Amino acid sequence: MIEAAIFEGLSWNPLSDVRQLVAFPFMVNALEAGTIVAVMAGVTGWFMVLRRQTFAGHSLSVIAFPGAAAASLAGLPIALGYFSFCGASALALAGIAGSRRSLSAESAAIGSLQALALALGFLFVSLYHGVLSGLDSLLFGTFLGITRGQVTALLAVAVAAIALIIFAARPLFFASVDADVARAAGVPVGLLGFAFLLVLGLSVAATSQITGALLVFALLVTPAATAHQLTARPALGVALSVTIALAVTWLGLALAYFSAYPVGFYVTSLSFALYVLARLTRVVAGARSRAKLTPASV
Amino acid sequence: MFAHEFMRNALVAGSFVGVACGLVGYFVVLRAQVFAGDALSHVAFTGALAAAVLGVDIRAGLFAATILGGLFLGALGTRARADDVVIGSIFAWTLGLGVLFLSIFTTRRSAGNGTAGVRVLFGSIFGLSGSDVRVSVALAVLASLILLTIARPLLFASLDTAVAAAQGVPVRALGLGFLALVGLVAAQASQAVGALLLLGLLAAPAGAAHRLTTSPYRGLLLSAVLAVGSVWSGLTLGYLFPRLPPSSLIVGCAVGSYAVALALTATDGGSALEDRKTPM
Repeated sequence: MIEAAIFEGLSWNPLSDVRQLVAFPFMVNALEAGTIVAVMAGVTGWFMVLRRQTFAGHSLSVIAFPGAAAASLAGLPIALGYFSFCGASALALAGIAGSRRSLSAESAAIGSLQALALALGFLFVSLYHGVLSGLDSLLFGTFLGITRGQVTALLAVAVAAIALIIFAARPLFFASVDADVARAAGVPVGLLGFAFLLVLGLSVAATSQITGALLVFALLVTPAATAHQLTARPALGVALSVTIALAVTWLGLALAYFSAYPVGFYVTSLSFALYVLARLTRVVAGARSRAKLTPASV
Repeated sequence: MFAHEFMRNALVAGSFVGVACGLVGYFVVLRAQVFAGDALSHVAFTGALAAAVLGVDIRAGLFAATILGGLFLGALGTRARADDVVIGSIFAWTLGLGVLFLSIFTTRRSAGNGTAGVRVLFGSIFGLSGSDVRVSVALAVLASLILLTIARPLLFASLDTAVAAAQGVPVRALGLGFLALVGLVAAQASQAVGALLLLGLLAAPAGAAHRLTTSPYRGLLLSAVLAVGSVWSGLTLGYLFPRLPPSSLIVGCAVGSYAVALALTATDGGSALEDRKTPM
């Protein structure tokens, strides 16, 4: 019964499938928005994984939820809520990271901030009656009903975020790999860390409009982690991370279009499968090179 | 307020859950494993919904998922501490699975059950029955007893892993067991405040205790007291203002206590216990 609902209308002819995908304007909007988001998440995610800021990134993505809930409660455009909350919490996280406390104090602070954000989000949603179905899409995203205006706004944010990262790419890489040496060489490490969190906040806010607050992570961390598994070279790594994010988003959107299941499930599963594959490849490659080093006769 | 049975149930279950969260949370913060706790809260969501889809008791799914999840996270990393990036990749996918179960569940059982996902995510402490309370009290007592039994070696292993291992403390087994315990408590807490908010009960009172005192046993006690206090004040506020969700209020109180602790200790930097800790 359920099986019948899966992949309705999908034929063996890929060309007609693609034509069907782009036949409706809502699907074109979704594909365009997904493309923009994937490129941005791929780039910022790569630096996030490099800087080991996954927990901060996750908290930022979660904070998008109360932002959206507060905006809908106040009757303001939801995008405004996303961007203002994520921007403000990027400042707070930068403050926490800048206070140079121990790892355990920092993680307690981030965890508390995140829990507070979620509690506020649920509070706003409960105050705003009759959004139980809306709650699901705030948390888990929807690719239906993305407007032209949203696509344009996303594009503007993405161009700004990526331009900032490209502009600061070299010092940011330096500061991320070895903060102490970079500081000694005169790189403004603190400022860079702060700016990066702000850019991360921006791209998380943009991404969560499509994937929902809880699933941003799938696009932000998994493709980047896969790229880090496969190559240590920065330019190649960023390109790989973007490519994976793009492929996963497109495939996920297409699968969700033809089936009854949510896009978030496909995007997370595909990217996780690639990540596992990358780790396995590395394990196999490591075993083979070790086998080459030790003579077979031993 | 005490005349209502749902209120009494909530207070009893909430107090015991608070104690367990406070005690376990103290070590979660000490070992800088808040992110693992975060991951387990997402595992709880997926486990509960998987059980709902399969038609099994939701609690069974919750506990099985979080305890296995804890063991899995422990097994992944060296010295039973998983890497943040690995944790992130795994729980992003777990959450994706949870979304799949949610959509299967809501499409298959139309009407009436549409709020199952919301209940799992944000808890339903006012909806606990008498048997729910008994189960959660028993499990909270069990978790607290286990933790207090292993507290000494665990403290040693958390503060100085290398020396503890050299002294013959089973560091790896302790780490694994501890994460399983976090899983047990996470499942408990997610019944009270929901899968998404349990991090507040784990991290905030413990973070406050770490700021306020350097003595581990006083810290454990303080963390438990703050957690229970947050549950009580949150429930009271929830009773006084029925429009506001109790789980948000509980977490709000917990984070409030953390903010107060931060403000009180703002002048002196970091706690002495952390300074004593050897760099990793």
